Amino acid sequence: MIINHPLLGPRDAAEFVYLGDASLINRPDASSDDAAQAFYEYLYLRDNPAGEHKELWYHEQGDRSWLVVTRNTLTHEISKVEIARDVARAAGGSA
Amino acid sequence: MRYSALKILKEGLTGNKGWTPAWREPEPKKSYDIIIVGAGGHGLATAYYLAKEHGLTNIAVLEKGWLGGGNVGRNTTIVRSNYLLPGNQPFYELSMKLWENLEQDFNYNAMVSQRGILNLCHSDPQRDAFARRGNGMIMSGADAELLDQDGVREMCPFLDFDNARFPITGGLLQKRGGTVRHDAVAWGFARGADERGVDIIQNCEVTGFDINNGVCTGVKTSRGDIKANKVAVCVAGSSGRVMAQAGMRLPIESHVLQAFVTEGLKPTIPGVITFGAGHFYVSQSDKGGLVFGGDIDGYNTYAQRGNLPVVEDVCEGGMAIMPMIGRARLLRTWGGIMDMSMDGSPFIDKTHVNGLYFNGGWCYGGFKATPASGWCYAHLLATGNPHETATQMRLDRFERGYMTDEKGQGAQPNLH
Repeated sequence: MIINHPLLGPRDAAEFVYLGDASLINRPDASSDDAAQAFYEYLYLRDNPAGEHKELWYHEQGDRSWLVVTRNTLTHEISKVEIARDVARAAGGSA
Repeated sequence: MRYSALKILKEGLTGNKGWTPAWREPEPKKSYDIIIVGAGGHGLATAYYLAKEHGLTNIAVLEKGWLGGGNVGRNTTIVRSNYLLPGNQPFYELSMKLWENLEQDFNYNAMVSQRGILNLCHSDPQRDAFARRGNGMIMSGADAELLDQDGVREMCPFLDFDNARFPITGGLLQKRGGTVRHDAVAWGFARGADERGVDIIQNCEVTGFDINNGVCTGVKTSRGDIKANKVAVCVAGSSGRVMAQAGMRLPIESHVLQAFVTEGLKPTIPGVITFGAGHFYVSQSDKGGLVFGGDIDGYNTYAQRGNLPVVEDVCEGGMAIMPMIGRARLLRTWGGIMDMSMDGSPFIDKTHVNGLYFNGGWCYGGFKATPASGWCYAHLLATGNPHETATQMRLDRFERGYMTDEKGQGAQPNLH
């Protein structure tokens, strides 16, 4: 697989480390009343879709950036690559 | 029909006209006591043991494709019970004991071959960890032997003992481990279940569950609705997709594991050899092909094929530890989809929906577990209680904080 890095251009997926579903960006609020349940779901449960999947890849052997890659889990086709920081900021995060 | 040497002789002398199909092709009935979703190794074993051990035969096994066409037909055929933790090891030892009597039990030649499995170690701490694991195995009733370098050299003189990065200092040997003809396992269980009255319905895809007020009363399929008192899902690899139809999210990711087989060679590999440090394991099939594999590719996928970096990694591991295989030509490679769970251990459990049961999360260890998985799932379905060896294979163990994490990797499925 080739990941089209927004800053570096097309790079071999072997340069990256895979973390998992991009929902891991959305850390629950630790001070809320249902924090225990929210963290259980955040940490352990996955949608695991067959089809389009947003996921986190870390460019370990490159510029050490975290990317959000939109990839089809049935075909391995990559349709979108974003810098994870941009995604988190757009969602109101402080990254 | 009972298979025997006498039967083969009689049929051979009379033109082989007396053989009958090994199972029927029944039409689905309107309702059953139990519906098992998925006619793979585990689903068929469940049906077989429900019929044989619990006397329940009003059962349908529904299969989207053909029986035994999923992971039971795509694995590397290894059986072993060399786990460590109390939540796992007694279960896998139960499985090993069932393997040992399987062919007599279901009257089918599954080519169970206890040729031994050897895990290589490369350092003092790793040897100590193997000694501990071996003790855990022996405490569960399994067999284990710790070999020093000479012991490994005697078994496998062809290994690269002085490898610069991973010199071989010894190994953990389980002589009762080995290989089994994987397809025959599915066929044997299917035949045994069918002859006791279980309907195995192929080309029948489950497209939804009938769930009302928290009770599952049947399934929707590509061949019409079917009612059931209990619905038992058993579709490892596709668990995420199927259980999503019941509105459930699982502690599972789907990943691809690749496997490889070379052209047939003369007998050279004595049993199963694993080089975990180098992501490589190998055995030799009865046809002579070297069957080998390594790690999962590491990203979510439902495509039954992997990518080239892992092919390279596995072959590098093989060349590093076993340079003699360098000129063996690769015949085939393939990939199977694994339910990778959050702690590397499986699930055999009820769900929060009454009447809906779940079996999955087998990571890349499902084949060896086939008979015990069927045995324990049948026990759960028939009695309502988990089998004594499967009490920790619960879906809610993460919520309660009782993981069974053999590798101690945490909630990172692609590292288990």
